[in-house]
Amino acid sequence: MAEQTTVLTEPNQTAATGKPVIRLENVYKVYDLGEIQVQALRGISLEVREGEFVAVMGPSGSGKSTVMNILGCLDRPTRGHYYLDDVDVSGMSKTDLARIRNRKLGFVFQQFNLLSRTSALENVELPTVYAGISPEERTKRAMESLTRVGLADRAGHHPSQLSGGQQQRVAIARGLVNRPSILLADEPTGNLDSRTSVEIMDILQTLNNEEGLTIVLVTHEPDIARYAKRTLEFLDGKLRRDNVVSNRLIAHEVLKTLPTPEEQAAEDAEDNARHEKMAKSDAAK
Amino acid sequence: MDFMNTFRLALRALARNKMRSALTMLGIVIGVGAVIAVVSIGQGAQYLVQQGIQAMGTNAVFIIAGSSRAGGVRQGYGGVKTLTIDDMNAILREIPIIKQAAPSVTSRQQVVYGNQNWNTQITGTTPNFFDIRTWPVQAGSVFSDEEVDLAANVCVIGTTVARVLFADENPVGKTLRIGNLPFRVDGVLESKGQNVMGQDQDDAIFAPYTTVQRKVSGITWLQFINASAISQEASVAAVAPITSLLQERHRIRRGEDDDFMVRTQSDIADLANQTQSVMTMLLGGIASVSLLVGGIGIMNIMLVSVTERTREIGLRMAVGATESDVQRQFLVEAVTLSMMGGAIGIVFGLVGSALISNFLSWPTLISGKAIIAAAIFSAAVGIFFGYYPARKAAQLDPIEALRYE
Repeated sequence: MAEQTTVLTEPNQTAATGKPVIRLENVYKVYDLGEIQVQALRGISLEVREGEFVAVMGPSGSGKSTVMNILGCLDRPTRGHYYLDDVDVSGMSKTDLARIRNRKLGFVFQQFNLLSRTSALENVELPTVYAGISPEERTKRAMESLTRVGLADRAGHHPSQLSGGQQQRVAIARGLVNRPSILLADEPTGNLDSRTSVEIMDILQTLNNEEGLTIVLVTHEPDIARYAKRTLEFLDGKLRRDNVVSNRLIAHEVLKTLPTPEEQAAEDAEDNARHEKMAKSDAAK
Repeated sequence: MDFMNTFRLALRALARNKMRSALTMLGIVIGVGAVIAVVSIGQGAQYLVQQGIQAMGTNAVFIIAGSSRAGGVRQGYGGVKTLTIDDMNAILREIPIIKQAAPSVTSRQQVVYGNQNWNTQITGTTPNFFDIRTWPVQAGSVFSDEEVDLAANVCVIGTTVARVLFADENPVGKTLRIGNLPFRVDGVLESKGQNVMGQDQDDAIFAPYTTVQRKVSGITWLQFINASAISQEASVAAVAPITSLLQERHRIRRGEDDDFMVRTQSDIADLANQTQSVMTMLLGGIASVSLLVGGIGIMNIMLVSVTERTREIGLRMAVGATESDVQRQFLVEAVTLSMMGGAIGIVFGLVGSALISNFLSWPTLISGKAIIAAAIFSAAVGIFFGYYPARKAAQLDPIEALRYE
């Protein structure tokens, strides 16, 4: 086991040195539920630099979702400041926040959230529609984006014609299409089997390594968090741990050790045959 | 997001639920169709009435003998004895925009020919009455001015009278009896059919007014003067001078009631128009209630659509749609729905009114105004009833919307 790990991981990460993309300063979030007030975040301060790959972790109720909503400009802090690309967005209007989301942020969700009965290409185009880009440029960019996730040949397919992993790749392409500063991925592997999960992590690592894309990933699976360079652990609305990932997993290498879908299918068939045999012998008794 | 994009998006969203969109549109289709059909029928009826009134001559001015008062007892119209042939001549002499005038004295009499008899209205007048009314004879001729001067026993009869008394015989040159007096029939008038009030205009006999005054009724006054002005505008302009002339001649002091009435053809047309418009508006109003119901249907479906597409809305917001983008998207969808319904409704309305005029032989008049109004109204219905659901969509919280199951 130890032998294998050395093959699949790379040495300890060094602290990132790019310019800060995200800066939270003493951020509080209080939900006013009438009679009671829920303190979702209690003074969070953190920095994410350009080119980082951060995994946000924590149990449910820890505040990690709230932090993601604030980082995603879907919600505003009750107190404190959020600087995105050195711009304070904590006090911006809803309309301004929509613009920021459109231009600076890319989203990937656990449920993929693709529009059904709409082609992959058009799904990827969606953010460009709200960016006021010309139709020709929109198609061009969407194709580029699909190419980056290796799905150029599936541009005309509808989500129902794609596998889960392919759907999530379309969603990633959609997140990239407006060339955002950050890609925010909320449990992107939550609905996928283990091999497909690693494939998705492979894409994210490639984007991070080769293009320097800053990625913030929310996950509750420690295995998935090991593909990131840094982990932030939340508990009770506070940032408890901020660690550099040691023995980081390299998805590309891990994939080689996993059975391919064909091998998996063969294995499944074998299992089925064995089960049937057993069932038959049971029946014979 | 630009308009074409929003519109395309709306069409696609509507195409996704074809049956539902079609049923929703049906409300507007029926509403607009009903409004168009009802208004066309109403306008057709109005046109018919207008034509009837125009047949009386667009330049016509009527002077009607009014009520007189004798010691507080008022008589009805035509009751006074003050309107005379001299009044008519004075009007012709002093008011140059009045081109022609003909007197009318009427009396209901029993008329006899051979073994047939009939009760009808005898109108005493002059030959130019037939010019003013543009009412030519179909056989024989009209009596002459000389015969009027002589109070000759001659007459012109309408087709109904001719049919009843003479059957297949040619009435021209025959002699019939009015009361106890023999009258020679000089001519038969062309058929005019019913007037606006539904009276048979052909059930009438016309004779020189002098004959009717002296020999039939035994009076010296007139009940009616049919005048004709040089133009339609002149007919309206002539009312005031005729009024003051007659007031002077009849010695009516300031503050006293006139003993006559002056009416133009346009007055009568206006009155008839008013009645018809009220009817059309009433029916149109009832029809537009269905348009309202159609609008509520749109609102209902849009609300369902917003709920169904909560996640889509959340996603669009997450990737950069502003509140106004989302609001516009749903509003355009509602307006597209209502305007498509409106367009189909207009076609239905046109086809419907064509069918009605074909099978019920009721005239319909397609009104361009009604079509434009229906188009604008259906768009307005879309905006009005689409606003609330669109607002609801725009005010969704993206976080909640994305989590919606």
